[in-house]
Parts: sequence; structure tokens; C-alpha cells
Amino acid sequence: MAQPVQSPSVPVSRAPSKRARGEGNVGDAVFRWLTAAFAATVVVTLLAMAAEMVGASWLSIREFGAEFIVSRDWNPVTEEFGALPFIYGTVVSSLLALAISVPISFGVAIFLSEMAPDWLRNPLGFLVELLAAVPSVVYGLWGIFALAPWMRDTVEPALREHLGFLPFFQGPNQGYGMLTGGVVLAIMITPTISSVSREVLRVVPRTFREAALGLGATRWETIATAVIPVARSGLVGAVILGLGRALGETMAITMLIGNRPEIDVSLFAPAYTMASVIANEFTEATEDLYLAALAEIGLLLFLVTVLLNVLARLLVWRVQAQGGAAT
Amino acid sequence: MTEVVERFGGSVRVRVLKDRLVRGACAGAALVALVPLFSVLYYLTVRGLAGLDAAFFTELPKPVGEEGGGMANAIVGSLQLVGLACLFGIPPGVLAGIYLAEFGNGAFGRVVRFCADVMSGVPSITIGIFVYALVVLRTKQFSAFAGGLALAVIMLPTVTRTTEELLKLVPEALREAALGLGVPKWRATLRIMLRTAAPGIATGIMLAVARVAGETAPLLFTAFGNRFWSRGLDEPVASLPVQIYTYAVSPYEEWHRQAWAAALVLVGLVLSLNILARVLVRHRVRT
Repeated sequence: MAQPVQSPSVPVSRAPSKRARGEGNVGDAVFRWLTAAFAATVVVTLLAMAAEMVGASWLSIREFGAEFIVSRDWNPVTEEFGALPFIYGTVVSSLLALAISVPISFGVAIFLSEMAPDWLRNPLGFLVELLAAVPSVVYGLWGIFALAPWMRDTVEPALREHLGFLPFFQGPNQGYGMLTGGVVLAIMITPTISSVSREVLRVVPRTFREAALGLGATRWETIATAVIPVARSGLVGAVILGLGRALGETMAITMLIGNRPEIDVSLFAPAYTMASVIANEFTEATEDLYLAALAEIGLLLFLVTVLLNVLARLLVWRVQAQGGAAT
Repeated sequence: MTEVVERFGGSVRVRVLKDRLVRGACAGAALVALVPLFSVLYYLTVRGLAGLDAAFFTELPKPVGEEGGGMANAIVGSLQLVGLACLFGIPPGVLAGIYLAEFGNGAFGRVVRFCADVMSGVPSITIGIFVYALVVLRTKQFSAFAGGLALAVIMLPTVTRTTEELLKLVPEALREAALGLGVPKWRATLRIMLRTAAPGIATGIMLAVARVAGETAPLLFTAFGNRFWSRGLDEPVASLPVQIYTYAVSPYEEWHRQAWAAALVLVGLVLSLNILARVLVRHRVRT
């Protein structure tokens, strides 16, 4: 053990026989190229995904151009296709989900990383992760029989009574609509946001907290002045990852949002999302242009989520690099 | 000192009160976050158990309006699809992970890692469109093969990154010992490093399997669905998640009953995989 091995070439060159050396070199080279080939499949798959989706939506891209994303018409019979109602539904339901989920998720993350007693931390973290393990379609089923009736009979009437002067809480309410969709999305992205935030808070060096506590700060003051400012961009990253999940979430929201391609300011009204329209209509689409229009919606969704993910990862990495440098 | 007082402002009593409020709010948030989980589990238990019977596991679905019938074909179909996903997804994922852990420090490694991360954020429904365009359009039919491939694409980045992370946790000294004995690098990697990391990788794979077992969206237009037994991998096949979806949005009482039963079976499977993975990790850490 006097000389630690620096690189694989060192022991190989000292190997006892030529046969062993030759075998090692060839084997290593083959091994390296073989694993590299499989690593390349990851890159190839992603590129193929982009290429196939552009190919599948080409008819629609050529036919409608940029008009596609600003047009409100969605009429398979006359072959008029515009994605605006779906873009609206996706954006609004996801923002609603964030508005509900972000405060709760940050609360969970702060509780788990800064406040909870040790014996509670792991079981609680595990339960929150189980929330993420429940399949989307099961949330949809639960939504139909538990959440939607509750929204219709309790939450929405209460909102109408107290906040009914706002246009968001007017009109008929059936329990299926933008608001219920937003709530189920919020439930589903809470584990994502809270577990990433928890990881981000965890990398903030302990000494930062000790310094603040030593100055006489309370727990909350410590968190507000010494922890959150350091973790800020990572927390933003966590929210963006949650947003990415909300945008692409399909089954539960398809089962609860009402699926009507209209733009209505009321959150009680049924709406439609990009993922939902694909899930609902893709197998029914018999005309080539109809199929291409749906594929183009998929392509838009793909591009947006890729961009968001890139952004979020950069932000989370930045905090981790900082945290690593400060310790 | 005055600066600090200003920063933390107010009398001690107010500050302590504020602290308590925030602590209460955070603990409250944790409680609120868990309410849906318990509600889902409650409904699943009550409604699912009510809908579950022997026929559920042994019979084919009955046509609308007839009582009874089961989801035997969907249960087998789900197992088939997950099996195919493992076949197509795990070997490339593990090998790609080995590459990243062993040789992944260069530019190519960074690109692969980045693509894997991006891929894991791609919505599963768009992966459905991808496989539809790639396989279904070309073979002109929905098939178990296409469904399995879609699930494999979802698994691939998770398996890759898990393998990489766990291989990196194996102490370098183990490898050095092997190399010092004249073992070629590839054998050291496979027989020492991979074997040491295997339980952890298996855990990660179990979590990935649990996730794809519940996936519905990518199956809608790849595996499609089937009211009968599928007789080959080139035929459409039923699966539990798609069956739950179809039955849940239907107007029939009897189908709702079966949807709950199927959901109970599916969640039972997914949660036990999750819990098993957890227990295995803890066990391994302790020993």
C-alpha cells in the first residue's frame, strides 16, 4: 500500500504476464466503449424524442404556423386548430397549484429540516414521499369521488359567499373545473417541492445557523436571516421543478378539470389542459391534421418542460456548489 | 449590537411569539400536506375492499350492464408491461450509469448526465406520443411492445442516475485493492464495485418500477387496452392503470366498484415496493 494506484494503466503495466496485460487492455477498451454506447442511448433517446415529435406535428406546424398558439378555435370537424385554450388551462391550473402548494411545501421543508424533533423527521419525510408514490390515476379516481364533491358542496360555495365579488369565484359550480384541477395538482407537486427544498436547506452550512443563534436569534429569525437567503435560488429551483411537474401532469387533472376548450375567467368553470386534450383525443383523432395538431401541443409541452427543467437544475446546482464551497 | 436588535426587531416577547407562530404554521403545513394521503388511503381501503372479490383476480371484464367480472387480463397485462419495461430499461440504464460513474468526468459524461436529468422531467404523456410516432405508426398497431418501450423510456434516466450515484458511494479503496491484485479495470468494476453497490441499485430500480407500474398516460396510445387476453406482444394489452381510468370516468356503478378494487390492488403494489425499498436501505445502512 506504499504507492496508491493512480490510474488503471499503472497496475496493468506491472501485471505479471503479458497475457494478463493484453487481456486487461482489450477488455478495458471494450468495456469503456460498450458502456459509452449505452450512455449514448440516453442522449439519442432525447434527441429522437424531439425529432419524432417535430415529425409528427409537421403537418400542423406547416398549416397553422405561429397562429397555432394564439388561436382559440378547436374544431376537429372543420379542421380548425388553435392551442390557446389548452395553453391557458395548463398555465392557470399550474399557477393555482403553485399558489396553494408553495407555502405548504416550504412549511413542510422548513419543519423537516429545521424544527421537527429527530424521531419525527424520517417517518414524516417518508409519508410525504409516499404522497408522490400514489399513481396519478388513483388521485383522479379519488378526486372524482371525494375531492370534487367536497369542492362542489363545501369549498366553492364558501368561496362564492366570501369572495364572490371577484370574477374568479362566480358562475355555476359543479366541482369539476379549473379550481379542482389546481387543487389536485397542488397535492401532487407538494412532495416534489418539499423534498427538493429540504435538500437545498440541508446544504446550508450548520455554522450559519449557529452564528445566528449565537447572536440571540430565535429559530425563525435564524431561518429568515441565515438560512433562506443562502438557499434562495435553490428554493426557486424547487418551485420550478414543481411547476414542470404540474405542467405535464395528465391523468388526475384530465379526470377533474372538466375538459372543455374554453377560456373562462371563473375558476369554477370547466377548462382543458394541453396534457388532457392529448390524453382524451389522441386515439380518437382519425384525420392526419387533427393528429398533427395534438402532437404539436405535445411538442410545445415537451419544449416548455425541458426549458424549465434546465433552469431549475442550474439554480439547484448553484446552491449546492455554494454550500459545498462554504463548508 | 444595535444592528442586530434592529434586524431581529421588537421586544423579546413579540419575537418569541412570532417564532411560535411560524413553528406552528410549519407543523400545520406538514399536517395539511398529509391530509390527502390519509384521505386517499381511507377511501381506497373502504371502497376498494368493498369491491374486491375472487372474480376480480380470475375473470375477464364483463360487458356494460352485466354484474361481476374481473380484471385478470389487466393484472397480467400490467405485469407484462412492467416486465418489458425492465427488460428494455434496466440493462441500458445500468450500463450508462456505470459509464457515468467510471468515465463520466469529461464533456460527453456531462452531456449524458444533463440529458438524463432533462429526460426525467419530460411529461410521461409526451413520451407516449414519442413511442406512438416511433413504433405504433410504423407497425400500424397498438401493442404491448410499444407500451413496454414507453415505460422503459421513463425508467431509463432514473436507473442511469441511481446507478451512477450508488457506484460513486463505493469506497475507492475496494477498487484499488482489486487493481493492485492485477485484476483488469472492467472486472474490478463489474465484480467489486457493481456487486457492492448492487443492493442500493436494486432499491433505486424498485422505486423506478413502482413509478412506472402506476403510469397511465403513456399507455393510452401505445398499449391501448384490451377487453380480452392479449395473445402476443404485438397485440394491444389491458393494464390496471388504464382500466382504472376507463372505469372511473364511466357512468356505471359496477365499473366504479371495480375501479376502486383495481386502485387498491395497484396502490398496494406500489406502496409495498416503496416501503420494501425503504426497509432495505435502512437495513443496509445499519449492517
